[in-house]
Amino acid sequence: MKSVIKGAGYILVHTPDMVLHNGTTQTTERIVNPDGEYLKELPSHIRTYEQALNYYPNQVYIGNLTPDDLAAVPQPWYDKDCPVKERKGPFGEILPQEEFLLLMQACDVFDLVKLEKGFVAATKEAFAANDIIDETIVARVKEGVELAEIEKHVNEEHAEGLYINGALVGCVKAAHDIDTNLSSHVMHENIVSKASSVLALLYAVRNAGIDKNDVEYVIDCAEEACGDMNQRGGGNFAKSAAEIAGLMNASGSDARGFCAAPAHAMIEAASLVAAGSYKCVVVTAGGCTAKLGMNAKDHVKKGMPALEDMIGGFAVVVTQDDGVSPEVALDMLGRHTVGTGAAPQSVITSLVTDPLDRNGLKVTDVDKFSPEMQNPDITKPAGAGDVPLANYKMIGALAVKRGDIDKKDLLDFVAKHGLTGWAPTQGHIPSGVPYIGFARNDIMAGKINRVMIIGKGSLFLGRMTNLFDGVSFIIQANTGAEQEKGVSEEEVKGMIAKAMKEFAATLLAQAE
Amino acid sequence: MDLENQKRVKDFTEQYGAENICVLLGAAEGEGASLAAETVSAGDPTYAGPLTGVSLGLRAYHVCEPEIKVEFDEGVYDDQVSMMEMVLDVDDIVSEMSSIREQYCKY
Repeated sequence: MKSVIKGAGYILVHTPDMVLHNGTTQTTERIVNPDGEYLKELPSHIRTYEQALNYYPNQVYIGNLTPDDLAAVPQPWYDKDCPVKERKGPFGEILPQEEFLLLMQACDVFDLVKLEKGFVAATKEAFAANDIIDETIVARVKEGVELAEIEKHVNEEHAEGLYINGALVGCVKAAHDIDTNLSSHVMHENIVSKASSVLALLYAVRNAGIDKNDVEYVIDCAEEACGDMNQRGGGNFAKSAAEIAGLMNASGSDARGFCAAPAHAMIEAASLVAAGSYKCVVVTAGGCTAKLGMNAKDHVKKGMPALEDMIGGFAVVVTQDDGVSPEVALDMLGRHTVGTGAAPQSVITSLVTDPLDRNGLKVTDVDKFSPEMQNPDITKPAGAGDVPLANYKMIGALAVKRGDIDKKDLLDFVAKHGLTGWAPTQGHIPSGVPYIGFARNDIMAGKINRVMIIGKGSLFLGRMTNLFDGVSFIIQANTGAEQEKGVSEEEVKGMIAKAMKEFAATLLAQAE
Repeated sequence: MDLENQKRVKDFTEQYGAENICVLLGAAEGEGASLAAETVSAGDPTYAGPLTGVSLGLRAYHVCEPEIKVEFDEGVYDDQVSMMEMVLDVDDIVSEMSSIREQYCKY
């Protein structure tokens, strides 16, 4: 059985106030240098919603522009006027912060998210008018409470404030008085992750053209952990998001592996479908508040807007073969093993060339590679360089070493087989998967035939191992309907004759 | 340089003595490599980590510098580093690293 990519959803949420209140660069600074210049300066570098819409990489993320369109625009992009400024795109949408707070409340089933009455009244109409948000979700939004109650939660009970343009409009309460794993900070982070995952799920299911009830399993591959003090990462984001998204026939579980998790989850989903365990599996992930404004110190220093103001989310629907959708080639998986080592050369060999070698393919037989697709507009000013470009140079250099291409063609290789990064620096969000939507379109349009999605993860961050990690998989054009593996009448006769002969021989042996 | 790594370099230096330590870097750019080299010789230029104001004066080299390359078994170097050598701007890295060593290295 083959598994195919049936559709994908990509969403962004503009969360300027969360940059200031929840990004770890800012929360750390508030502790170590509360009166410093940076915290005073940052608010004047925050983008408006309109500015976030008027930004090339964001419009690429939701599919209104392509990576090729982006590559044609000279960097930097933050000071350019984008020809498209739409909220909605073929893959998803860019949700404004106000409506997202209502979605957060819809995703909270423990009465932890409190919103101010007037704010709810002013926002609910726009929230309900969004065609992706159905009435069951709208019905979950409560009428709201008085501001005094919210102030009390924030000032006296350590609730995490929810702000719009600096004004307190709500809060996320702690879910337990003592348990740090259920603190308001953790609950805020997890509800944001869940809500953005729900939005991505809704778009993925719609874009795949399937019924919500067709989804049998959901795998969440974000980087947060939910649980209490007795099981800190107990889970299950996947099932909790599926509940709000209305996927009533789905079960689910969480897969974790830092930035590599989406690629791991995609392989797991494709394998579950190929094995026949489930007919339809959705891989999903919401975004991460901690990483908002992660490089904002450098952006502020360079006089740029703080570009990391977007929560990202994605979801991909994997189903049984439909005869037309691009298939996941499960016989061509790349795998960084315990024994691989951490040298970049060993990493790229294990992820890129080993699986190709096993199938007699050259590096140039892959039309496009999608490794870490971070937006260079964000990373370059922070001294981290152009991450996708660095990956392509490494893949190209390995191709040179193997003789797949000539050294003089290295830059051509990068241009032809590479992509320009557009994804927000949300850890797992840029990791290979942002390209799956475009890859599906381009493969089905016959423009390309084969792409490789590469996920890499820095496991040392969890302080459990110093090992690197990564997996890769190939998506290729559908190779046509599978041959029914049947048996002919002739073969059946032959098998019966053989069985009877053996039976007779056994009887004879017993008689003797 | 990562704060945890600064702490480890500081601890090793206290344990083995600065004259016995050589910091080997693998950064992808000259600027990043020289920042790390500056951190372990002059002190943390970002004033964020344990090496803030601590001038250890350690020797620091990038793995692609010729002094280091000759120390390797050729086969191992080819397997582990040659791909990156092709990708990196080695001349820039050498010039950045040499400049930091000339200014701050005490050994």
